[in-house]
Amino acid sequence: MEEKLLLLGDQAIALGALHAGLSGVYAYPGTPSTEITEYIQQSELAINRGVYSRWCTNEKTAMEAALGVSYVGKRALVCMKHVGLNVAADAFVNSSITGTNGGLVVLVADDPSMHSSQNEQDSRFYGKFALAPIFEPSSQQEAYDMIRYAFDFSEEHKLPVLMRVTTRMAHSRAVVHTKAAREQNPMKFPDPTAGWVLLPAIARKRYATVIGQQPTLEQLAETSSFNSYTDGPNRKRGVIACGIAYNYLMEQFPEGCDFPVLKISQYPLPKNMIRRMAETCEEILVLEDGQPFVEEQVRGILPISCKITGRITGEAPRTGELTPDNVRAALGLPASKNMAPCEYVVPRPPALCNGCGHRDMYETLNRVIREYKDYKVFGDIGCYTLGALPPFRAIHTCVDMGASITMAKGAADAGLWPAIAVIGDSTFTHSGITGLLDAVNAKANITIVISDNLTTAMTGGQDSAGTNRQESICRGVGVEPEHIRVVVPLPKNMEEIAAILREEINYKGVSVIIPRRECIQTLKRHHQAKLKNESSKS
Amino acid sequence: MKSDIILSGVGGQGILSIATIIGEAALDEGLHIKQAEVHGMSQRGGDVQSNLRLSSDPIRSDLIPYGTADLILSLEPMEALRYLPYLSGKGWVVTHSVPFINIPNYPDPEKLIEELNRLPHVVLLDVEKLAKECGAPRSSNMVLLGAASDLLHIGIEKFEEGIRRVFGRKGQEIVEANITALRCGRDAAKSIIDQKMKQ
Repeated sequence: MEEKLLLLGDQAIALGALHAGLSGVYAYPGTPSTEITEYIQQSELAINRGVYSRWCTNEKTAMEAALGVSYVGKRALVCMKHVGLNVAADAFVNSSITGTNGGLVVLVADDPSMHSSQNEQDSRFYGKFALAPIFEPSSQQEAYDMIRYAFDFSEEHKLPVLMRVTTRMAHSRAVVHTKAAREQNPMKFPDPTAGWVLLPAIARKRYATVIGQQPTLEQLAETSSFNSYTDGPNRKRGVIACGIAYNYLMEQFPEGCDFPVLKISQYPLPKNMIRRMAETCEEILVLEDGQPFVEEQVRGILPISCKITGRITGEAPRTGELTPDNVRAALGLPASKNMAPCEYVVPRPPALCNGCGHRDMYETLNRVIREYKDYKVFGDIGCYTLGALPPFRAIHTCVDMGASITMAKGAADAGLWPAIAVIGDSTFTHSGITGLLDAVNAKANITIVISDNLTTAMTGGQDSAGTNRQESICRGVGVEPEHIRVVVPLPKNMEEIAAILREEINYKGVSVIIPRRECIQTLKRHHQAKLKNESSKS
Repeated sequence: MKSDIILSGVGGQGILSIATIIGEAALDEGLHIKQAEVHGMSQRGGDVQSNLRLSSDPIRSDLIPYGTADLILSLEPMEALRYLPYLSGKGWVVTHSVPFINIPNYPDPEKLIEELNRLPHVVLLDVEKLAKECGAPRSSNMVLLGAASDLLHIGIEKFEEGIRRVFGRKGQEIVEANITALRCGRDAAKSIIDQKMKQ
């Protein structure tokens, strides 16, 4: 059915994928990509069609499952935040070498300015590295249209497609006109001669084949309707604008841009379009959200004499997201007149919710740990990372999903005691279990706190893969049952928890303490749903 | 017609429901819309904002440039002041007047109110009190929206329809409370806006 809907970029992508005949979405929650999977989980069309949409344990399992869907000829979408692609990279890069059967789109949401992330890596580098075609929409409508095109493209060229968005596309709403939904693919096995078994001899052939496809991909980018060259009267400068950077550029010129503009939303780069711009313009400004991916490549495409500006040369900022104002500055336009910031305004950082179990866990941990001399607490990724801020200042590190356990182990190997790891339940199943096995095998002298709130809280309360099975997972990995201690993090239990912490810190080996109490946000939601159910029954 | 609005507040206060209702009303009015939101980490009690742009012409940027916002609509006085560099010279600030203090170094509230009153077009209302008085204590965000509704170039009935569509599945009682709150906010702000428009 054709409709006009007000959708977040994430939702436009989700609906576009469903309308493209999606059979399954595979994802681990991560800002700003989470709403794609959530939309599909709640979509009536997806439910009626039996589209698979359960959360995965991590991005790697998601990527591999999606490749399995593709193998049997159906369409699959994988969604993750940019750092999730680091976890899924092994599967992603090799999926380019196997190639695909059913359409496979890998949607990665980058977070320049690090609104909710630990770095601002640009996923387009991964796309290039994996020799995969990349799509980067500039509007919600384009995102909706593009993902369907991307599925067709993936099926036609037998390659996975990387679709890259940034926070402002993912989390911004606009009106989207939808199209009729396409049916799902029937099951269809790949050609038996296709190279799905990546033994070296086969992989070498496949690699050569994928390299051989690159000129075709480049040619398609030259003629793509998502890439366009618009001439302008002022040829002192040509502007290359990628993805949503195009919007910030056009914002400055409501009547049309003065300069020739090359809008890029499909990669590999259309080299001829870039050369054409260089032939007519005195210099080229590259505007792109994220890292200078295009700016660097353009330097290799054009002669050295050509002046190229952008994030590397400082016209645009080297870090952080683009805005209409810094794009204005990059174009050399006068800054807009505006009021000065108010001198009384102070930052208001996020904090753990009142009544949150992590608070009680940190309060007790802080009290106990200060009884020791050279302790360190290795943190992890989730709401409890906020324990680094006042009033707790309870953790010393936070690096990547699961690093708390393995870093504590490494520090203990090097002689540190007490070495404490603090990790959430969802992060533990995402990437903590394998590290725990290392620690058990080495009988490392570490104390692990799995702060269990029965959900993936930071991203809004999605299902956590190991709910109510943390103890059995730890036992299965080999932690001694008497050193797996479950407690309820409440102020009234502080003495008991403190005593257990002391015992386990003093135990020379791996111990796991599981403070378990439901996230206050999901508790509220469950309570409201219960009330609603009861009132609808009466 | 164009209306660039910055919605601000503290995570959990409900600025996104205000954005949703304005979005619904604008869609009904046939306007172009772009609305950039903040999800994720800062929703845990940190400062949150949303850039909402409405226009009869197509909109390019999802973000509002400095010095061009027509309205700052805020559920918290310091959060209203945070976005002053975005406000145009002719722009309005409509804000809840009571501070939400969840940080140790929160500035002197009197200084904040003084700063706000120095602006030419400001509407300061205790929307929580108004919401309680009109019998809709949980709808103070709709009181705030109502207070700004005359500045948005969209008929009040469109907002009411938006409330019916968005809150409809939560039941008639909630719909009515939100509509009452909306009207209460509009009435409370009317004389202030009329007076400042004359100046």
